[in-house]
Amino acid sequence: MRDFSYVRPDAAAEAVRLVARSADATFVAGGTDLLNLMKDGAEDHALVVDISRLPLAGIEESGGRLRIGAMARMADVALHPVVPKRLPLLSQALLASASPQVRTMATIGGNLLQRTRCWYFRGTGFACNKREPGSGCAALEGRSRWHAVLGGGDHCIAVHPSDLAVALRALDATVHTLGPDGARTVSLADFYREPGDTPHIDNALRHGELITAVEVPLPPAGTHQRYLKLRDRATFEFAVVSVAAVLRTRGRIVEEARLAFGGIATQPWRSAEAEAALRGKPLTERNIAAAGRVLVRDAQPREDNEFKVELVQRALQDVLGRYTGGSR
Amino acid sequence: MPEHSRRNVLKSGGAAAAAVMAPLPDGPRPVTAPHQVRQAAQPKAVTDLTLEVNGERHRLEGVEARVTLLDALRERAGLTGAKKGCDRGECGACTVLADGRRIKACLTLAVMQDGRSITTVEGLARGERLHPVQEAFIRRDAFQCGICTPGQIMSAVACIEEGHTGSEDEIREWMSGNLCRCSCYPNIVDAVADAAKAVR
Ligand SMILES: Cc1cc2nc3c(=O)[nH]c(=O)nc-3n(C[C@H](O)[C@H](O)[C@H](O)COP(=O)(O)OP(=O)(O)OC[C@H]3O[C@@H](n4cnc5c(N)ncnc54)[C@H](O)[C@@H]3O)c2cc1C
Ligand code: FES
Ligand code: FES
Repeated sequence: MRDFSYVRPDAAAEAVRLVARSADATFVAGGTDLLNLMKDGAEDHALVVDISRLPLAGIEESGGRLRIGAMARMADVALHPVVPKRLPLLSQALLASASPQVRTMATIGGNLLQRTRCWYFRGTGFACNKREPGSGCAALEGRSRWHAVLGGGDHCIAVHPSDLAVALRALDATVHTLGPDGARTVSLADFYREPGDTPHIDNALRHGELITAVEVPLPPAGTHQRYLKLRDRATFEFAVVSVAAVLRTRGRIVEEARLAFGGIATQPWRSAEAEAALRGKPLTERNIAAAGRVLVRDAQPREDNEFKVELVQRALQDVLGRYTGGSR
Repeated sequence: MPEHSRRNVLKSGGAAAAAVMAPLPDGPRPVTAPHQVRQAAQPKAVTDLTLEVNGERHRLEGVEARVTLLDALRERAGLTGAKKGCDRGECGACTVLADGRRIKACLTLAVMQDGRSITTVEGLARGERLHPVQEAFIRRDAFQCGICTPGQIMSAVACIEEGHTGSEDEIREWMSGNLCRCSCYPNIVDAVADAAKAVR
């Protein structure tokens, strides 16, 4: 790690001001991703502004919504009394992430902003448009087992690795921020960016803009929620493929299916077409399979990650299949 | 590119000046270094900080901001119990407790932990009397080379405290942040289960 200056301001506005005014400043919250990025040389900052002790860790329920402070730790959110009961999907996704020690340290804001685990991005010896715009993308011709089959392009196929973001995407969460120009709210649907020809821009935040909270509407009672994470070992590993489902049925008929996918795309992925393929129809094995086919219709797999096209369809069948009551 | 030094951060006015003061127990002090520490073009930030380690107050002076808690413990406080396996949060050999909760000491800066109370494996025994988790690891033969053991033990102390020892599967899941290259997992699980009974 190259040396840097460090400050720990007392107020969010001061933290924003300090980072916003210089291009090579950044925030640190839990530090669990930033330190690795700086040790690996994938990022380099002259000033690190510590926001970890800002009073933004509260978790509050009001008006049918849960507001989670950006500084709340993953472990505390997963086990907060309201979360396992009303947002089991969120709890499951968090407890399937990283390790108990990392979850004690890592924050909700930092989790959404963790960077890709693409080994060409993290290893500075390779071409990477995300790390160094214009240098090329080693993954396109390289080992791409961990890479995206959807949402990529000619410039980047790196996967966004957060399990939390996948769950929050299915839950229609919004992100609250504070920037140099004041506070704003961004829907998670508009938060992450497709790489296009600017893969170095991960999301909608401006430099120096601080995430202050995440807000999640609480689904009505009786809504099914489930997170399925498939990985190369039983636990403590990133997703090869993951599915977050929020499902409301009336009798056998699907009223609403909100489905988000991890591991397969450059950002937490939703497919309006796949959801529409289920809405208003009986929840049967056959209809789930049809939705799965729609989901991967535009997939652009490579040799190493072709298996994901089949795997994600089976994962969807597994997640929704338990609610069909055996209907084919 | 703008440079950050004590001087240009401080000169931005009262609010910013307050911002570079770390709340140290013995009164606020600037976190960044005096310039004479190094005349290289790169600004270099150095700070004094206080950690309460195993109940003892450690005043660490002139610590670079980039020094991790793990390096500060091992190289400045002389406590080599916490091990450096991967330095990337992946192995758990560096597990310590911060204000009673388990963390990976390689993933946090020492300066970020300023003022906190840290427990390392050296702080578990009471004189000659081993902690029940330490005893259980010996009785169950839960290590071979031993490099992962301090981290396993600290993680186990927290795992038991958190109440995640209801079954073998639960122990395996909640001890999953600690890898053992010698693969002593079955014995580690037994040791944690034994210690959980002894502690309760
Ligand atoms: C070994 C290991 C395994 C892991 N496994 C998983 C896994 O299975 N699933 C998963 O989802 N994640 C996993 N992670 C990633 C982990 O969840 C993230 O590192 C963590 O959530 C980041 O949070 P943090 O608070 O530590 O962020 P930091 O490291 O402090 O910050 C990360 C980035 O976000 C910025 N930032 C932080 N907070 C804010 C804010 N409030 N506003 C604006 N910018 C901010 C920082 O400037 C930095 O760029 C793993 C990490 C490790 C080390
Ligand atoms: S040295 Fe910290 S987790 Fe491996
Ligand atoms: S005892 Fe050798 S690594 Fe665990």
